[in-house]
Amino acid sequence: MIKSYKKKRAMGNALGYIVLILISFIWLFPFVGLVLQSFRSYSNEYGGMVDYLVPHQFSLDNYRFLFSGETNYIRWYLNTLIIAVCVALLQTIIVLCVSYALSRMRFKGRTFLMRFWLILGMFPGFLTMICLYFLLKQFGLTQAGAVPGLILVGVASSGMGYYVCKGYFDTIPKALDEAARIDGATRARIFFTMIIPMSKPIIIYTALVAFMGPWCDYVFASYVAFGHDTSYNVAVAMTRWVWTNDYQGYFTRFCAGGVLIAIPVTLLFMFLQKYYVEGVTGGAVKG
Amino acid sequence: MAGGANKRKKDAASLSFKAIGNGFKEIGVTFVEGDIKTKLSYLIFGLGPILRGQFLIGAALLLCEVLFFWFMFGFGWQYLSKITTLGTVETHKVKRKTVYGDNSFLILLFGILCIFAIIAFITIWYINVKVNRNEELALKQGKKLPSNKDAFRSLFDKNFDKTLLALPVTGVFVFTVLPIVFMILVAFTNYDKNHQAPTNLFTWVGLENFKNLVSFSGTGLGPTFIKVLLWTLIWAFLATFIDYFLGLAVAILINKKGIKFKRLWRTILVLTIAVPQFVSLLYVMKMFANDGIINGYLIKWGIIDNYIPFWSDPMLARITIIVVNIWIGIPYMMLIATGLLMNIPEDLYESAKIDGANGWQMFRSITLPYMLFVTGPFLLTQYTGNLNNFNVIYLLTQGRPQSMNMAERAGASDLLVTWLYKMTVTDTNYKMAAVLGIVVFIVTAFISLGVYNMLPSVRDEEGFQ
Repeated sequence: MIKSYKKKRAMGNALGYIVLILISFIWLFPFVGLVLQSFRSYSNEYGGMVDYLVPHQFSLDNYRFLFSGETNYIRWYLNTLIIAVCVALLQTIIVLCVSYALSRMRFKGRTFLMRFWLILGMFPGFLTMICLYFLLKQFGLTQAGAVPGLILVGVASSGMGYYVCKGYFDTIPKALDEAARIDGATRARIFFTMIIPMSKPIIIYTALVAFMGPWCDYVFASYVAFGHDTSYNVAVAMTRWVWTNDYQGYFTRFCAGGVLIAIPVTLLFMFLQKYYVEGVTGGAVKG
Repeated sequence: MAGGANKRKKDAASLSFKAIGNGFKEIGVTFVEGDIKTKLSYLIFGLGPILRGQFLIGAALLLCEVLFFWFMFGFGWQYLSKITTLGTVETHKVKRKTVYGDNSFLILLFGILCIFAIIAFITIWYINVKVNRNEELALKQGKKLPSNKDAFRSLFDKNFDKTLLALPVTGVFVFTVLPIVFMILVAFTNYDKNHQAPTNLFTWVGLENFKNLVSFSGTGLGPTFIKVLLWTLIWAFLATFIDYFLGLAVAILINKKGIKFKRLWRTILVLTIAVPQFVSLLYVMKMFANDGIINGYLIKWGIIDNYIPFWSDPMLARITIIVVNIWIGIPYMMLIATGLLMNIPEDLYESAKIDGANGWQMFRSITLPYMLFVTGPFLLTQYTGNLNNFNVIYLLTQGRPQSMNMAERAGASDLLVTWLYKMTVTDTNYKMAAVLGIVVFIVTAFISLGVYNMLPSVRDEEGFQ
């Protein structure tokens, strides 16, 4: 009786491992493929699509090409980095401010503001794209000035993304605030010296998400920087290599560029995974 | 239940009417009972507070008034006055020189801005009256008015919310509210590639574009619109629920007792979240391409003779998208489910086991109900998120394959948002893009608000604190 139970369990586990290994294979396959193709020799093999996975000859041709100055890859990379860092920093500050105000303070129009923003969020983001483009153009923040323009757009409306952070603040007991206020601390003091130090996980989560957004942004960046090569970010610049027929044979170069852009953000993500999971789970449960 | 809700709504409505009535009454009372300082403040904002020594508040109010008039007369009026026609003077050529006429785009944009400015002006005027009233009442009762220093300090204490929210709210206003109102109004104009500012004028056309969207005759977009809308709804449904249940299954599998290397499995799955989608999805797109690696190997191994048209066959493209989306979606669900599964009390399972329940029964009567209850709001946001899931569709197929019997370059895998995007960028058909945007909003709002109110776990916000 016990033996058969054990046997059944071992069978179940074995089956579980098989499924997991299969899943891992499917999940890893594209990434392994991406890395392998990026090392395919450009000069001795074709740079486009081939029907084999492992290159016949490994080389750094594609990576060399990216840094050779034939394209503005370094510039694109820097643009991406600048935009992502600035947006992450400013967006985190704004989200923290909004979350604190909405979580801790009761003022006239608070529920109205929250409902209004909720409804605003239901409009598709691209709807405003045309208008934003012309708004930015008025200030000279498109094409040549696309980098500050994209930062501005990335930060401006970020107050609406307060949900997860406010949810976290709500879990910090209000009694703490009240005790501090009795001791004569102002709201600002409570915010800066009490709430913020207690919110490390949520700050990291907010910053991480804010960083990854513009790092991967294609849609808006392509519209704002349209036709101005030096203000592209990596996503905009490299999607051309895949989509446009003028770039036949750029596929392996795309792979190389993709690997380089994926590595930092993947490492960052893996490193901060714990906080991401906390934020996502908290947000999912509270809605 | 419904009757109660209706009554509450009525009460709320009558309350707000009462509040407005009281507001008007107070304006009158303040004027009649007020001293000369207050009376003058009705014209010159903040004069009362300044004369009473409240420089900070008074100066702020006065500055608002000055800014408003400077904006309206120096800049806004020329646009606002033309908003009914959106401009009449066409750009034309005098000899060889181009003489620019009215710019409909700017007229509409700044016209809206002016209307908002006027609303803000009236609000500030009302605040101005209120401030005067409060100060007078306080003085009458023999209280001392707070000093300027105190008023400034309160911005970091009692009024800290105003300090914190000033910038974010302004940002949302300029970069979200203003553009959205603008685009909603564009839906009622003929702004498209033949009517592009500044060379051409565009003007109001009423409900013409909406009629076009649902018209089934001639060049009407009706048939295409129905197809795209249906696919959008089906896609969002499949993408949400397939990912949800598969993700849950994977999470349970990894959480199972006896499975080792839990962190490793999770890390492998989470890779799809970490790697930028434009890299991973474009690579996957190329993998499934006609000359891609999957077709390549299948042909090489002799399993098929001709390539499988993953992206060019309409039905196959849709299926492939859903399959690839599973690859993207499972990890999210897995992460969320893993955390939540640990919250289910272990003894529930223990007692179920003693009662002789098998794994499937336990899943059905313990795990699933709990998960559905807790993740209700999440499922809802996932669904609306998938309705607008631009990245997956656009990076994989760009809405293709296109077909002749669909209007406006719509393709078989186009969602409303990708269609909207194409209209904006490729065709500059702004009027129809605006109409589509409104439709997307209506669909999203309808589904979210309808379902949201039925969810049990979102009733009492304060309950969490």
